[in-house]
Amino acid sequence: MLTVENITKEFVMGENIIHALDGVSFTIQEGEMIAIMGPSGSGKSTLMSILGCLDVPTKGKYILDGEAVEKLNDNQLADIRNRKIGFVFQQFNLLARTSAYDNVMLPLTYASNGKNKREIVRNALDKVGLGDRMGHTPSELSGGQQQRVAIARALVNNPAILMADEPTGALDSKTGIELMTLFQELHRNEGQTVILVTHDPFIANHTNRIIKIIDGKIASDEINPVPVVAGTLRPEGAD
Amino acid sequence: MIIFQSIQAALRALTANKMRSSLTILGIVIGVAAVVALMALGNGATASITSSIEGIGSNLIYVMAGDMQGGISGDASSGVVTLKDYNILKSNLSNINGFAPLYQAAFTINQEKESYRKSVTGSTEDFLEVRAYTIASGRNITASDRRSENKVAILGFQTAEDLFAGLNPLGRKFKINGISFSVIGVLEEKGSSGFDNADDLILVPLETGYTKLFGSASMQNGDRVLSNIYMTADSADSVDSIIEQSKFLLRKSHQLAANEDADFSVISQDMFLSTLSGVTTTLTIFLGAIAGISLLVGGIGIMNIMLVSVTERTREIGLRKAVGARKNQILLQFLVETITLTVLGGIIGILFGIGIAWLSTTLNLITAQVTLNSIIMSFSFAVAIGVFFGIYPAYRAASLHPMEALRYE
Repeated sequence: MLTVENITKEFVMGENIIHALDGVSFTIQEGEMIAIMGPSGSGKSTLMSILGCLDVPTKGKYILDGEAVEKLNDNQLADIRNRKIGFVFQQFNLLARTSAYDNVMLPLTYASNGKNKREIVRNALDKVGLGDRMGHTPSELSGGQQQRVAIARALVNNPAILMADEPTGALDSKTGIELMTLFQELHRNEGQTVILVTHDPFIANHTNRIIKIIDGKIASDEINPVPVVAGTLRPEGAD
Repeated sequence: MIIFQSIQAALRALTANKMRSSLTILGIVIGVAAVVALMALGNGATASITSSIEGIGSNLIYVMAGDMQGGISGDASSGVVTLKDYNILKSNLSNINGFAPLYQAAFTINQEKESYRKSVTGSTEDFLEVRAYTIASGRNITASDRRSENKVAILGFQTAEDLFAGLNPLGRKFKINGISFSVIGVLEEKGSSGFDNADDLILVPLETGYTKLFGSASMQNGDRVLSNIYMTADSADSVDSIIEQSKFLLRKSHQLAANEDADFSVISQDMFLSTLSGVTTTLTIFLGAIAGISLLVGGIGIMNIMLVSVTERTREIGLRKAVGARKNQILLQFLVETITLTVLGGIIGILFGIGIAWLSTTLNLITAQVTLNSIIMSFSFAVAIGVFFGIYPAYRAASLHPMEALRYE
């Protein structure tokens, strides 16, 4: 499904070269739900932008869904993002003053083929439980609902990978757990491949596999044999 | 399809910020309105000047003292046109419908206790026909009036009103420079026609004028001086050859050497027209150019706002890129936004400009003529400004790195 081989990413800052990623290799199978963990500055965000085709590695190979993407140009990367990757961000990043329906439609306006767009958008919103809120603008929705719209937007192109960057970071713990329920349902029922990027061990424990990144290298890559079923456990310190 | 979507997205973005959008296009609105209105006023002024010159009479040729070709400031006083010149022209030129020699001077006019200062014209019986003036009542001066140096006068409509205040002026007397003249004719009301006002006319027989009024100022080297000679050509085609022949005859009569500048001018009405319309056209272009500068300033304002907009919407741009927008699609979106603004401003500006022109016409200030040219020109200029000043902000937006844009706070 997704293989990275010896990936390196270097940034030049003044006279210093910073190795944000330094020889990272792993494979993710179709239908996996994994967490990429690491403290800030560990390189996990850089890894996410490379996995999400927002950036290309300085060195190394990246094969996504059978396509080598490390050498693609900007336009080809944009098309790959459009077809194969759905993003969910910490800050939702919905278009203001734009209805949930139009927000979810956005990726389809950049897609080349476009049949039954309305139906696809409706289905995506139904899937996240917002079929009755299609006409609402972000300011008329709660934080959890906004993030659900963002998830529907990520799903609307039927992506190979659903990639979420701290998806619960801006939400309270109860709403966060509701979202984790949604991610687990998508994974279990639809066989959706999910990659969560987080620094929060409680969230990471909801996945089947946890990759830890420290200083641009993989510190550990372990199967999580008994993932937490969302809603059965409260995070530490929560009421 | 992509263009259609871009326009839709652009309209959505612009209506989301109505206040800002309308303030932004104000610059373009004012610029385009100014171009359209000022060009319309300029064209209207040109047309009214042209028509007032054409109203003087058709195929008219003027002979006057001084060299107009060499500049108005040339030695106008050194040369004179005389009655002898008139007789030479009259006996040698062909293809001429009418000749009118005239002498003009200002005198005090008395009627009972009222006193006026007016210009008195001395000329022949041909004057009225050459100038296309019509007698409303009474008769024209005749050759025998001139021979007998009769003290008779023809009055313009306004002069007759001034002197006799509604009474029938025919046969009544008034005084020019203390000498009594009787009115033999009154002209129809003609309205101002630019230079010579027919309604203000006081016309006396040329010979009467010379002996009774004009005095020694009208005499030079034993010859009678003329202010002008008017000639009407029988057709527009013969105007040029008449001018050439007149110049030749007058040079001979004034005994000018081949290399000497002429001390007289022979000018056709067309030459007057083209000189004047050249001036007014320059003026119109000048006005348009000033208005064009305000368009340019409006364009810079739009670029400023679009740059702010790109910065404000950095995260939106990042998101659009993350969900698959290509560089070109982002470029197009912002370019279309700018062009939509300028097109909108252009349309509103044209309407305003036409409104101003209409208002000026309705209020009788200047009869403005809105030309399709000025509309097309200012509109395409506005769109060009949209493209020119839109490219840089759009390029900035399109070049943003998606990850950095998404992280932008």
